[in-house]
Amino acid sequence: MAKSTAEALRQTLKIKLDYDQLTNCMRCGFCLPACPTFKETGLEAESPRGRIALMKATVDGVMEPNDQFEDQMNHCLGCRACEPACPADVKYGQLIEQARDAIEAHTVRHRGWVKVVRKLVFKQLFPHQNRMGLLGKGLRIYQKTGLQTAVRKTGAVGLFSKQLADLERTLPKVSGKGVIQQLGTRIPAKGEKLATVGMFRGCLMDSMFTETNNKTVRLLSEAGFEVIIPESQNCCGALHAHSGETHDAKQLAKSNIRAFQEAGVDYIISNAGGCGAILIEYDHLLHDEPDWREQSEWFAKRVKDISTILVEKGRLPQPSQPQSNDRVRVTYQDSCHLRNVMKGGNSPRKLLAALPDVELVEMKDAGSCCGSAGIYNVTQPEMANQILEHKMENANATKAHYIVTSNPGCLMQMKLGIDKHADNDRVQAVHIVDFLFDRMVKS
Amino acid sequence: MLDRAIVAELREAVGERYYKEDQESLVTHSYDGTPMLQSLPDGVIYPGNTAEVSAVMTILNKHRIPLVSRGSGTNLCGGTVPVQGGVVMVMHRMNDILEVDLQNLTATVQPGIITKRFIEHIEGLGLFYPPDPSSMSISTIGGNIAECSGGLRGLKYGTTKDYVLGLECVLASGEIIRTGGKLMKDVAGYDLTKLLIGSEGTLAIVTEATLKLIPPPKHKKTMLAMFTDLYGAARTVSRIIENRIIPATLEFMDNPTIRVVDDYAKLGLPLNMAAILLIEQDGDFETVERDIELISEICHAEKADQISIASNQEEALKLLTARRSAFTALARLRPTTILEDATVPRSKIADMVLEINRIAQKYNVQICTFGHAGDGNLHPTATTDARDHEEIHRVEEAFAEIFEAAIQLGGTITGEHGVGLVKAPFLEWKVGSAGIAIMKNIKQAFDPLNLLNPGKMFAKETRRRVVLNRG
Repeated sequence: MAKSTAEALRQTLKIKLDYDQLTNCMRCGFCLPACPTFKETGLEAESPRGRIALMKATVDGVMEPNDQFEDQMNHCLGCRACEPACPADVKYGQLIEQARDAIEAHTVRHRGWVKVVRKLVFKQLFPHQNRMGLLGKGLRIYQKTGLQTAVRKTGAVGLFSKQLADLERTLPKVSGKGVIQQLGTRIPAKGEKLATVGMFRGCLMDSMFTETNNKTVRLLSEAGFEVIIPESQNCCGALHAHSGETHDAKQLAKSNIRAFQEAGVDYIISNAGGCGAILIEYDHLLHDEPDWREQSEWFAKRVKDISTILVEKGRLPQPSQPQSNDRVRVTYQDSCHLRNVMKGGNSPRKLLAALPDVELVEMKDAGSCCGSAGIYNVTQPEMANQILEHKMENANATKAHYIVTSNPGCLMQMKLGIDKHADNDRVQAVHIVDFLFDRMVKS
Repeated sequence: MLDRAIVAELREAVGERYYKEDQESLVTHSYDGTPMLQSLPDGVIYPGNTAEVSAVMTILNKHRIPLVSRGSGTNLCGGTVPVQGGVVMVMHRMNDILEVDLQNLTATVQPGIITKRFIEHIEGLGLFYPPDPSSMSISTIGGNIAECSGGLRGLKYGTTKDYVLGLECVLASGEIIRTGGKLMKDVAGYDLTKLLIGSEGTLAIVTEATLKLIPPPKHKKTMLAMFTDLYGAARTVSRIIENRIIPATLEFMDNPTIRVVDDYAKLGLPLNMAAILLIEQDGDFETVERDIELISEICHAEKADQISIASNQEEALKLLTARRSAFTALARLRPTTILEDATVPRSKIADMVLEINRIAQKYNVQICTFGHAGDGNLHPTATTDARDHEEIHRVEEAFAEIFEAAIQLGGTITGEHGVGLVKAPFLEWKVGSAGIAIMKNIKQAFDPLNLLNPGKMFAKETRRRVVLNRG
């Protein structure tokens, strides 16, 4: 990196990085065992303590913010497992986002296809719900017309980059219609109404996992909630915020706040840990915009994950009694953001453990990241694959029939993991909503 | 940056990718767990075995380049900050458990193994390795040996030095020595094993250690006793020991700590208490039950205001939470947390706590005290802000006076964290000038060119005693 560029980046880092948080890190090292990239490499620089030291060193003028610095900031999965481990409560997630925001403002050097993917995803796709819908429709055509089969059979997937080809294999069957087109915008509660909830439909969830969105709505309705799905909501902005596109993330947040305020809901429900985590932090995202303080706080304190609201406030449908004595063995792969940011890791476990025909088996390190982490598995394939391989060793050891997840990224990653590393054919990856619905409502 | 020819030699010794001198590697090995210290090394090296350590040391010795060996850098005395540059040697690649000898009840390990991973492995075999520093989930056995780490079980079970039977070390010259072995008795010459434990990387680089294992206790019970009278709490500690009871754990929190902990963890602790003792006993069922009963009697006799005994594991965990929250709660108060470890004879704990509180007030700084009452090892912890230089100066003055007070009470400047850089100016207060001279001679014998962790343990100047004419 040229000297002048490095100096400009240092100045931006100085402005963007919260120096209080950098100072709060007392370098005790308690975060190291929690960090997946440190676990994989054993290198201090690949740990939260190391990355904070690098940020501080650039701001303090001890080191130049060079390419290696940028790479290291991008190497973090953003799983935030270090935050609960930190005695001093350092807001690491905010620091890494601020660092990436500064880098993004200066970078000229994303590798070719990473640049294309980023632009496509961040600018052209995710912010536009209609385009996400179109993507869904396109995928449906791709799958329905036999094109998918043809592509796979002819080996044409090999034309994609290896990572995209891997992802292609994990695509769910797509319906092409979003949740509103299928269920409308207002779905009444079954029985006496407990509260009105706003459903956050998400981009990936609504275009690729629409069935899961439908089942989320029906589960909520069964549990006593009136569900409103504001039509004007859009992408949560999580991927933007995590990758340094803070400006775009803020615009998306404001638009969502407006949509849900107009709907006048008691809670805002997410079924994707990754979305939920940024939704619950909209007040932080907009912290430097005083005009938005009241609205963003209103929004943030209403956000709940589907599992959490079912456990805390819901009237759960009685699960059907098992048909036979066969219990299915289930293991739960935490969504990092549901666990570490929304602090909602217990609820899915409670729901699963309460099902009569389910045996919940914890896998070793269930709480550590699976390597999906937004688009990390596309941009950092090597580390993502290494993490996934170790994750699957732990999942295989449980001999589970189902790996249950709470986030579309994790779900696709686990499907990929099963495809590549499962030691038996019977194991399936499934979103917790689909799993609960099939056992609580369907039968 | 080192001369290219030397770098080539080092790369030859360990392999191309295991010597690094990029900015990222240098910055991330310029600090340890100690606040406010930073110094860049010239290079970072990751040896894979003893032969490589020896080769590296031979090269560095030839070119007179300093070396700091380190594990995870969790120490709190600046012990692994490369203040004179040179090479930092990270032992993480040497992390194997080489042998667990079930006939002799010993384990032989490489220095880079994480303490907790080792303990879990040993416990999986139905055995027990007691040293449990608070940093054990990330600290390494090699680091524990270098600093002679303690922990919550030190009172009954002793510290790291009581569990190291033998060492393999590389000297500054590159030569390899072995001390001790799987022997319970060995008086052949000076006890170099004990000398090397706690030598903070200034005498040799530990490359292998043989550790003593013991059978685990069968039963455990936990209790909490709260006192409005500080001396009551302190007398309780002394009287438990006097009554020939050695609890596995005997921990202490003072009033400022209780307030901070309760505010953080919302445990409903009574805020008017002067001190809380956390007591745990382990061993045979009958012994544990009898000891806990006797301890409660002593607590009552010393006018404990409240006593709670855990009836099961879950309740015990709740009681432990109070003590465990102390560090976390204090760390969240202000940006910079300076955790020290002045130690006094256990009969002097109340006097020491009062002294600490008086000194904190005198210098107008916040210092909360908790720690291992059973072995007199207190952790006066200052919460401050590194950016406020004037306040940091007052904190430093306060700590100097606290160490002074500890020595006046027959104590020492550090019970388990080590001297390193931070306590070096105070070492002479404890060991005297003849003591320093003999230690320097020992250093000279091991490391004549002063290459191993230079600048540590021995300061250029001893700090002036704060209170010179004290009654």
